[in-house]
Amino acid sequence: MPPVLETKGLDKHFGGIVATDNVSLAVEKGARHALIGPNGAGKTTIINLLTGVLRPTAGTIFLEGRDITNLEPHKRVRLGIARTFQINQLFADLTPLETIGLAVSERMELGRQWWRLTGSKSIVVEESVDILSRFNLADVMSERTGTLPYGKQRLLEIALAIACRPHVLLLDEPAAGVPEAERHGILDAVAALPSDVTVLLIEHDMDIVFSFADRISVLVNGALFVEGAPEEVATDPRVKAVYLGEEAHA
Amino acid sequence: MSVTGQHSDLAPLVERGRASFAARARWNVLEVAFWLAALATVFLLPSKHLILTEIAILALFALSLDLILGYAGIVSLGHAAFFGFGAYVAGILAKYGIIKEPVLALLASGIAAAGLGFVTSFLVLRGSDLTRLMVTLGVALVLREIANQLEITGGADGLQGVVMEPVLGHFAFDIFGKTAYVYSLIVLFVLFVIARRIVNSPFGLSLRSVRGNSLRASAIGIHVNGRLVAVYTIAAAYAGVAGALLTQATQFASLSVLDFERSADVMLMLIIGGTGYLYGGMIGAVLFKVVQDYLANVTPQYWHFWLGLMLVMMIMFGRVYGAIIAAAIFGICTILKLGFMHSIIFTVALVLVMGIARPHILPITAKITEHANALQRSVRARFARKGE
Repeated sequence: MPPVLETKGLDKHFGGIVATDNVSLAVEKGARHALIGPNGAGKTTIINLLTGVLRPTAGTIFLEGRDITNLEPHKRVRLGIARTFQINQLFADLTPLETIGLAVSERMELGRQWWRLTGSKSIVVEESVDILSRFNLADVMSERTGTLPYGKQRLLEIALAIACRPHVLLLDEPAAGVPEAERHGILDAVAALPSDVTVLLIEHDMDIVFSFADRISVLVNGALFVEGAPEEVATDPRVKAVYLGEEAHA
Repeated sequence: MSVTGQHSDLAPLVERGRASFAARARWNVLEVAFWLAALATVFLLPSKHLILTEIAILALFALSLDLILGYAGIVSLGHAAFFGFGAYVAGILAKYGIIKEPVLALLASGIAAAGLGFVTSFLVLRGSDLTRLMVTLGVALVLREIANQLEITGGADGLQGVVMEPVLGHFAFDIFGKTAYVYSLIVLFVLFVIARRIVNSPFGLSLRSVRGNSLRASAIGIHVNGRLVAVYTIAAAYAGVAGALLTQATQFASLSVLDFERSADVMLMLIIGGTGYLYGGMIGAVLFKVVQDYLANVTPQYWHFWLGLMLVMMIMFGRVYGAIIAAAIFGICTILKLGFMHSIIFTVALVLVMGIARPHILPITAKITEHANALQRSVRARFARKGE
C-alpha cells in the first residue's frame, strides 16, 4: 500500500536561504509519525508546504497517491489534510459552537448556502456538539472564543482540525505554551485521536514525542537527517550529537 | 474517536446548541421597536418625508458597506462606484423608457451594479487594507470621469428629464415625497431582511470567519476568495439599488452620486453606528443626517467643524461618551454665542485639556458603562421572567 502522505525531493528556498532541502518523507496510513529537530530546522515550513500555505521551489507532494503539489489550501482540506497551528489561529469573535459548526457545515458542502439559518440542520448541530463534548468544550460552547482560557483555546484548535474529518492530521506543537496544569488535557485529546487518522506531529517536547510516536524523522537545517522507530532514533549517536544532547534526554 | 457510547447524554447539549444558534437569528425587542419607529415616521412626520427618504437611501447604502466591511473585513473608500452606477442605470432606464416600471428598473439597476461589483471584486482580493482603499478609490474615480465624459449620462449637467412612472403601475410619485418615502422604506426593509438572513446563514458565518482569520478559514476548507467575490457582488447590488432609489425619488442623477465625498460619508455613517450588526449603518445614517441637517441650520458656515469634532471625540472616548462630550462642547459654544474663531479656540483648548485628562476620564466612563450594563441585565431578566 502506498503511503498516505508522501513528499519527493521537496525544496523550499527563501531568497538565498534553504528552508527545506530535498525532503523525501513517507507517512504510512494510521501512523503516529513525529517530525523533530532543533529550532529553525524547518519543521513548520514543511507543514506549510504540505497544506499549501507555501508553494515548494521544487519537488512533489502526494496525498493517497494523488499529486497535490499545486492545489490550493482549501482544496487540500477537502481531500483530507487538516492541520493545527503552533500559535492559535482561531476566530476570536465566534463561539466554539459556531467555530466547529462552521467547519462541519463546510465539510458537508453547506457553506455556500445563504438562505438557510446556521444550525437549522440537525446533523450539523449534533456533530458539532459531539466534537465539543469530546474535547471538553461543551460547557463553554456559547462563549466568545477570544475570552476562553488558553488551555481551552488550545483544545479548540485541535477540535477544529478534527471537525474537518481529516485522513491526515498535521499537529504543530499541540502543547506549546500550555500551562503544566492544563497539559494533560491536551495530551489526552491527542492520545484519543481516532486510530484511522494518520498523524504527523511536530514537537519540541521529547516526553510527548516518545510517548506518542511510532516513527520519528529528524530534521536538521531543512534536510532529513535520520528516520526510524523511536528506539533507533533515541540511540542513534548522530541524533544525540545534534539534538538530544541539548535536550538532555537519556 | 476512542470515546463512544456518550450519545445518550448528548441530547440536552444538542438542544442547547440548537438554542444557541437560534438565539442569534431571533428578532429581539429592540429590532422590532426600530422598525415600528421607522414605520411610525410615515404617519407622524409627513413634513419630513424628503429628508427621511434620503436617510432611508443612505441607510441602505451603509448597510451595503457593512456587508463587506463589517462581515468580510473589506475596507472601501470607493463604494460610491456602485451607488452611482445604480443611480445612472436607473436614470437611463427611465429616461429612455427601456424599463418604465420603477420596481423592475430597481432590480435591473441592482443586477447591473452586481455585475460591476463582480468584475471589480477581483481587484480587492489581494493586498492589505491600504491597497484595498486605493483600488476602491481608483475604481470610483475612473467611473466618475467616465460619467463626466459620456453623452448618455449628461456629463457635468447630470441626467435631466427623468420621469418616473407610478410604482407597480399604481402609486404615483407625489410632490410631498410620501410615495417615495414609503417605497424607499419598503425596499430598505426587504433588503435588510434578506441581509439578515444572509449573515445568519452558514455563508454569513464563513464570512465572519474570513474576517476574523482568513488563514484559518482556508485551513478548514473555505474558499476565501470565492466568498469575498460573492459578498462584494451582493454588496454592490445593494449599493446599486440604493443609488437607483435616489434617482427614482429625485428624478435626477448627477455626478455627485459618484463623488469621493459620498464614499467617505457612508464610511463615516457606518463607523458612527458601528460595524458588523447590520443596524450600525442605519443608525449611523439617521444620526449623520439629523446632525448634519441640524448643524447646517444652526451654523451653516462651519457645520463640518462640529461633525469633525464629534468624530475625534468618539475615537478618544468611545462612541456614546464621545458624542455626549462633543454635544456638550457644541452646547456651551452655542449658549455663550461664540463666533467661529472663538469656538475654535475654545474647542481646541478643551480638546487639549481632555487629551491630558483622558486617563482620568476613561475609568469614570467605564464605571458608568458598567452600571448601565448591570441595569440593562436586570431589566432584561425581569422581562424574561415575565415571559415565562
